[in-house]
Amino acid sequence: MIIFNQVNKRYPEYQALKQVSFHLKRGEIAFLTGHSGAGKTTLLRLIALIERNTGGQILVSGLNLSRMPTERIPYLRRRIGMTFQDHRLLFNQTVFNNVALPLVVAGYRHQEIRRRVRAALDKVGLLSKEKNYPITLSAGQQQRVGIARAVVNKPPILLADEPTGNLDPSLAKEIMNLFVQFNQVGVTVLIASHAFGLIKSMGHRTLILQQGNLIGDSRPSR
Amino acid sequence: MKYPDRPPNRPRPARPPSSHTQQRKAKPSQQGNAWLSHHFYVLFSSLGHLVRTPLPTLMTATVIGIALALPTGLYLLLENAQHISSEWGGAAQISLFLKKDIGLNEAQVHLLADQLHQRPDIYSVQMITPTQALTEYHELSGFKEALDVLDTLKYNPLPFMLVIQPATSDTIAMKTLLNSLKQLPEVDKAQSDMLWLERLFTMVKIVRRGVLILASLLSLAVLLVIGNTIRLTIYNRRDEIEIYKLVGATDAFIRRPFLYTGFWYGLSGGLVAWLLVKISFWLLQGPVKKLSALYYSQFELMTLDVLSGSALLSSGALLGLVGAWLAVGQHLKKIQPR
Repeated sequence: MIIFNQVNKRYPEYQALKQVSFHLKRGEIAFLTGHSGAGKTTLLRLIALIERNTGGQILVSGLNLSRMPTERIPYLRRRIGMTFQDHRLLFNQTVFNNVALPLVVAGYRHQEIRRRVRAALDKVGLLSKEKNYPITLSAGQQQRVGIARAVVNKPPILLADEPTGNLDPSLAKEIMNLFVQFNQVGVTVLIASHAFGLIKSMGHRTLILQQGNLIGDSRPSR
Repeated sequence: MKYPDRPPNRPRPARPPSSHTQQRKAKPSQQGNAWLSHHFYVLFSSLGHLVRTPLPTLMTATVIGIALALPTGLYLLLENAQHISSEWGGAAQISLFLKKDIGLNEAQVHLLADQLHQRPDIYSVQMITPTQALTEYHELSGFKEALDVLDTLKYNPLPFMLVIQPATSDTIAMKTLLNSLKQLPEVDKAQSDMLWLERLFTMVKIVRRGVLILASLLSLAVLLVIGNTIRLTIYNRRDEIEIYKLVGATDAFIRRPFLYTGFWYGLSGGLVAWLLVKISFWLLQGPVKKLSALYYSQFELMTLDVLSGSALLSSGALLGLVGAWLAVGQHLKKIQPR
């Protein structure tokens, strides 16, 4: 589903990713870990083409991202659900409208949007908050709104950037379990997180980045 | 809990990049309707955005309105001027002053007038005797005292005069007629008011050109005003645009509300311009009526009719759209999600 082949990402000031190669299969779940600045976020951003790699090859659903013209990028992003550390919600819009956004931009009908948004909000346990504004929600709830938005159009790939950022351990565990549940229905999931302990306890494949190098790819023995 | 149900045989509208058009074909009516209703939604939501901030919107609309009203008003004045001068153009006359020193008497002049009247290029001939001319001069010139002196001398310095109304208002035919009249042995001097009419027409042409230049400059100003307003709106909504891009909005989708905003700005500017022109002409109506009454004329000031009014509105809307398009094209590319 996601293949990295000798991928480099160079910024003018420094090299963010160096010769990174891995293969995440369809329906697989993996954690991406490492200290801050190790290149976790950069790696996720390359997959959604928020930035382009400067070397190597990235394949997503069999599509070569290096060859993808800019005007095709929106259609790629519709196939990738992504959550952000800072949630990236519209604060002048209700929770419902925030979650509906990917459907609205893809041109879904009104009834379909209503049905799917409700389903997604129900899934993350925020159905009662659909008319609230994000500012009235806790950080954990905002993260859940972001997750609902990421899964509302049922993308085959789900990327999460530090989804448990500053949540307390029990909330963090809940959020992680949510991602595992999405994975169980066939979604390919890649979660960037520096919560080593939590990741270890989850018991899934873990990619470890250090200063832009992929230094570990561990699969738990079951 | 389970993942929101996915009907297995329903085509997924989240389109993969390669088969985008194919998927679109799969359910055209649904996508088409959603697309159209989205357009309507954006059209009116962008209007709603503007209405919710009435003061800045009104200010922008007024600036655009003034810029549009100036050339429109001038153009209308020009139309009016042309209307008047075309009335005058039909009334161009030739005055023939006959020679004094050859001793023409009234019967001879009558004969000449009759001869001239036979010509096909002459519509009418009116004879003015020196006595008539002196009386008229008495009444109109305001040199009554000076003329009284002439009276006491029993001396009339004025010649016989023939006022000729040409059959044509064409300037070239007029010139030919004037030249042939000049050749007549009895004629001392042939004068027409054609020259100053020609001057007037030329002046109108110059003014028309000037109005055209002004209109283009002010249209450019409208483009810039709208472009700048849209630019500010874009940067105010920068975060929003980034988020839209992150969830897969196409450039066309993001562009749409801004284009409609420009459209509304232009249209409301056109409305303001219409209103301004109406008010200005209403203010001019009274004095113009008085002036035309002084000239014994039935002249009525023409103002904006429905047709030219709608032309004003649509050119405002068009300028708004184009201005927005220029701004959006330039600035939207620069906004990429962080």
